[in-house]
Amino acid sequence: MVRLEENKKFTENRPIEKLPLPKLVYVPLIQHLGKPCEAEVKVGDVVMLGQRIGSIEAKAVHSHIHASVSGKVLAIDNWPHPVLGTAKAVVIENDGKDQKAQGTVLRAQEEVDRLTAQDIRDIVFEAGVVGMGGASFPTHIKLNPPKSVETLIINGAECEPYLTSDSRLMIEKTAEIIKGIELVKKCVRAKEVIIAIEENKPEAIKDFEKAVAGTEYRVRVLESAYPQGGEKQLTQNILGKEIPRGKLPFDIGTSVQNVATVFAIYEAVYLAKPLYERVVTVTGPCVANPKNLLARIGTQFKDLISFCGLKQDPIKIISGGPMMGIAQYTDQVPVIKSTNGILLLDQEQTSSFTEVFCSRCGNCVRACPVGLLPTLINLSCKKKNWQSAKFYGALDCIECGLCSYVCPSNINLVQSIKRAKMEIPK
Amino acid sequence: MENRLIVSPSPHAHIDDSVAKIMWAVSLALLPAGAAGVYFFGLKALWIIILGIVSAVATEIILQKLSKSKITVSDGSAFLTGLLLAYNLPPGVPFWVPIVGSFFAIFIGKFVFGGLGKNIFNPALAGRAFLMASWPSLMTTFVKPFGYKYDAITSATPLAALKEGKVMEHISNLNLFFGNRPGCIGEVCVLALLAGAVFLLIKGYISWHIPFSFIGTVGFFTCVFGAKGLFNGDWLFHILSGGLILGAFYMATDYVTSPLTRKGQIIFGIGCGLITGVIRLWGGYPEGVCYAILIMNAATPLIDRYVRPRIYGTK
Repeated sequence: MVRLEENKKFTENRPIEKLPLPKLVYVPLIQHLGKPCEAEVKVGDVVMLGQRIGSIEAKAVHSHIHASVSGKVLAIDNWPHPVLGTAKAVVIENDGKDQKAQGTVLRAQEEVDRLTAQDIRDIVFEAGVVGMGGASFPTHIKLNPPKSVETLIINGAECEPYLTSDSRLMIEKTAEIIKGIELVKKCVRAKEVIIAIEENKPEAIKDFEKAVAGTEYRVRVLESAYPQGGEKQLTQNILGKEIPRGKLPFDIGTSVQNVATVFAIYEAVYLAKPLYERVVTVTGPCVANPKNLLARIGTQFKDLISFCGLKQDPIKIISGGPMMGIAQYTDQVPVIKSTNGILLLDQEQTSSFTEVFCSRCGNCVRACPVGLLPTLINLSCKKKNWQSAKFYGALDCIECGLCSYVCPSNINLVQSIKRAKMEIPK
Repeated sequence: MENRLIVSPSPHAHIDDSVAKIMWAVSLALLPAGAAGVYFFGLKALWIIILGIVSAVATEIILQKLSKSKITVSDGSAFLTGLLLAYNLPPGVPFWVPIVGSFFAIFIGKFVFGGLGKNIFNPALAGRAFLMASWPSLMTTFVKPFGYKYDAITSATPLAALKEGKVMEHISNLNLFFGNRPGCIGEVCVLALLAGAVFLLIKGYISWHIPFSFIGTVGFFTCVFGAKGLFNGDWLFHILSGGLILGAFYMATDYVTSPLTRKGQIIFGIGCGLITGVIRLWGGYPEGVCYAILIMNAATPLIDRYVRPRIYGTK
């Protein structure tokens, strides 16, 4: 693990602001790991806020898609997608009324208390909740472990530089997140709960320590180092246990849930609110007023960017943070369920680096949090020797990007390893 | 805005260091030792250093021109090779020696292996070994410090004297530390070498693993076997004399030719130390640092193959 320049000061003290509703939203039919949804609406239909507009019949892993504004469906067509390049999206013209779908009733505490684990999973499934830390794995599946877990870890590490959306959520929605944790705990039948927060978020730590006082929950303060928030690193640093190769956290009796996901679970259950909006950090040296924005899914990046204002035109627009985020080819891409930040970089931060020879300095070897030899995997890739790439651990790579970050020769090692992962014969 | 957006794979952040910066920092760290060499052995030493560097850089430019590859002298690696080669020469050698040595170091030591980053042996040491094999008497004739003020007075190095069963009574450990003794241009002043090494350690450009295990092993080995009976050897003498400090901090630590992992580096350092000790005490040469490093260079791919970090989630 490596301590990075955090750059969170731009937005860490900016309270979450509601982004004014956009005129148009472009809601992609795939925002999760698994099969894409099919549209359940037609062009010309009028949809309500939170109405289901995408699903599939099959038992395949998927998650529902909901309308994020009320209004008329203008088109169902391919549109830029922040992760997939392009994907089918439902274009809705906002009528500005935010009319809610029928049957959305708040649940009182007593009512929630009566829900069984399966009830909660069903509600979460209907609400289209997915893992909001990045992987977008459908949450209802993660809430149904094959056996009960020992420790539930709530991931509030947020180790990516620049991003503060989780951090603000923890400060402003502490009580709600605690209620969400209660629901998760019921589903996974956890014996203990640990809320993991990096030490660079003292306010969130203070709030949670206050909130858990007198309960059996515990707050665990972690060193601010990247990739502290990775599932493998979290379980190792908190439980002192590693997830064996090819296994899941369940296999060592733990479950890891991101704080934003837990908040979405709270909203789904208590507020009967599908996942149609999320907190997005809009930041970077190009931004005039960096902010944490509550934005509707399907809002184009350019709407969020123009709301914050630009000091100068960015040369790179990144969905996510600088370490694992994805550079975008257009600012028309929409916010999706996993969009935790939009980072705008200028010329200075993007000065293109020329790759030079590997000096075998070993920086990548020491930085790798999972014990790989990135430079030797890279050499194997250049020779298309996939067996050798496998031998040096390519398949165990978590793609955190530290090897490329620390390389003084500017070799994009993680890129090479990602390629090896695709090429190694199964 | 769109047509000027840059799309590139993550990560989008990068550290400030570059290979060139590291190479120049190592050269800078070697400056005090060179200055000390010139102080003790006169301006001739300076000329040897300059010729070594110019020859190395020129050889690299010519070879890269001939092979139509990119000219990369600005990364400082040829400069450093030439500098180190010159530091490894006795101050009395004729001026063609650094020129031939650097040419060999760059051409045979580096270029024929595939160039930058692909050489198995430390190029400067390969050059020195070549000179040693070709012109042994030139390479083993040393002069006394400040000898240039009179007629150059040849003298054995402290290690060579020891090999012949003599001890140079007049050279104290303090003299060895400050560099007031016969020896190669860049190796004599331990104080200057250590000052540069501290700079590199603080910058994080070298780590303690190779130099400490190397020097520690030489110290231990010579203490145990260095004299009649066990544990009677003059280990401090062995650490301070010869090219050990120069070799351990500046040449054994060469990234390209040493192991990738810290554990591998410690094995490498101990190996260097043992071979140095064996050559010095029982071998035919008074000094063994150069050959010890070259032999361990050859073992580096093997060490990298077997000493790997444990992959997360595996036993």
